[in-house]
Parts: sequence; structure tokens; C-alpha cells
Amino acid sequence: MDHTDKVFKALADPSRRKVLDLLAADNGQTLGALCEHLDMKRQSATQHIDILIDANLVTAVRKGREKLHFINPVPIHEVYERWVRKFERQRLGLLHDLKTQLEGHDDDNA
Amino acid sequence: MTTPSFVYVTYIATTPEQVWQALVDPKVIRRYWLGTKSDSPAHENISDWQPGSRWEHRRVHTGAVDIVGTVVEHTPPRRLAFTWARPTDFDDATKHSRVSFEIEPQGSGLVRLTVTHDGLDDDPKMLAGISGGWPQILSNLKTFLETGRVLPRS
Repeated sequence: MDHTDKVFKALADPSRRKVLDLLAADNGQTLGALCEHLDMKRQSATQHIDILIDANLVTAVRKGREKLHFINPVPIHEVYERWVRKFERQRLGLLHDLKTQLEGHDDDNA
Repeated sequence: MTTPSFVYVTYIATTPEQVWQALVDPKVIRRYWLGTKSDSPAHENISDWQPGSRWEHRRVHTGAVDIVGTVVEHTPPRRLAFTWARPTDFDDATKHSRVSFEIEPQGSGLVRLTVTHDGLDDDPKMLAGISGGWPQILSNLKTFLETGRVLPRS
């Protein structure tokens, strides 16, 4: 699967989005800590987290006997650049064109 | 090892040597170490990168130094680590946080770059500024190494 597909698929589930919210609020949690806030069995939580790890949205770091989970916002940033900001720019460009057309001249100082 | 404040990971279609060059060569660094806004200044990191040496995070156009630190580890092309502090805090080691870059070849022309920043928990202001900054810099670095360009800025 293409990496962008993995990111969108991972984000398309409310439980997985909740894991990201939990890590954004308190980064570096163990599976046990995350499970306390998720209404599901440990095995299901593990599967969700594995999908997030596979999409590179979560990184697991071993520290001593524990495994800590960190949110990795880099793919979300890339989605934003590709799927949000690009269209914001186009919209701003359209507004600029509209203004130019209505006012009948291209005013750089506007 | 202290608990990291942040762990950022990106996969880049390039070689470990290219990633390493992009971390230590100011001429490359200034190409991608930019903010999102078109008026945010480009930076470069200057050092001889030997353990114990000082490094400086400088604005390209004015030479103003925004961040300083000491190089901790220099193992090309695998690991680079340095401390991170405000210039006024350089002499106070307790106010330095720590950044490390780990470069791991993944096979089939892919490199995994992990950036870990720890020791920020007592400095919420620095933490807030940095948490927004690293994803932008890593996205730019990835785009730059894969395409030779950086992401457009607004």
C-alpha cells in the first residue's frame, strides 16, 4: 500500500484518532497507560497501535523494560502540505483573480 | 537515557551519506532549514562537528545566533547528537536539552531518519516552539533530498 494510503486509512478510525489525541496530550505513553483510556481489550488496542506504527504516525521506543509510544506528526504535516495548504493557496489565488477582474486592474499594493 | 520529549521519524528515498551531508553541511542545511512562512529566516548550523565542539544555529542573512550547543556524538553516516540551548544559557549545562539524529538504511534505497529531542520538559516555551518546528524541517529535508526542491511557503 502507498504510504499516503496508509496514513489516511490509519486516520479513518475513531479509536486510532483517539490514540493520537492521547499521545498529543501526553507523549511517550506505555500500552497499559493508553489502554486505560481506550474502551477496548488490550489485544484490539495493540492492533490499532500497530496500524498507526505501520503508517509512521506512532513510533515505539524501548526504554528499559517498557515500550513508550510517541506521536510522529511528520506524515500529518505532509498530508497538510499536500491536501490542505495547496488548496488554500488556490483559493487565495481565485480571490485575487476575482478582485483583479472586478476592479479592472492588477493592484499589487492591495 | 532520559525519556524523550519528542521522537520524529521520516523515511527518505536517498542514501545514509546524503542524509549525513544534509545534517552537517551549512550549504545544504540552509536550503531546507526554513519556517513555513515566507518571511521566516533561513538558518544554517555551523560547527566542525567534533565531540566537545560548539555548534551554532545561525540566520543566514544576518548571522544572528538563535541556538547554540555542544556536539556530543559524531558517527558518520549513522549518528549525530548535540545539546541545544539559548545563546545566553550556553555556560549552564543544566539548561541544555539534547537532540540526536539516527540514520538507518532500510534497503531498497530507503533511509529511516529518527530525530529525538529530550530534556525539554522543564522548558515549556522552547518545547512549544520546537514541537511545531521539527515536522516542517523534516518534511523539507525529505522533499529536498528526494526532489532537489523544498516545499512551497505561503
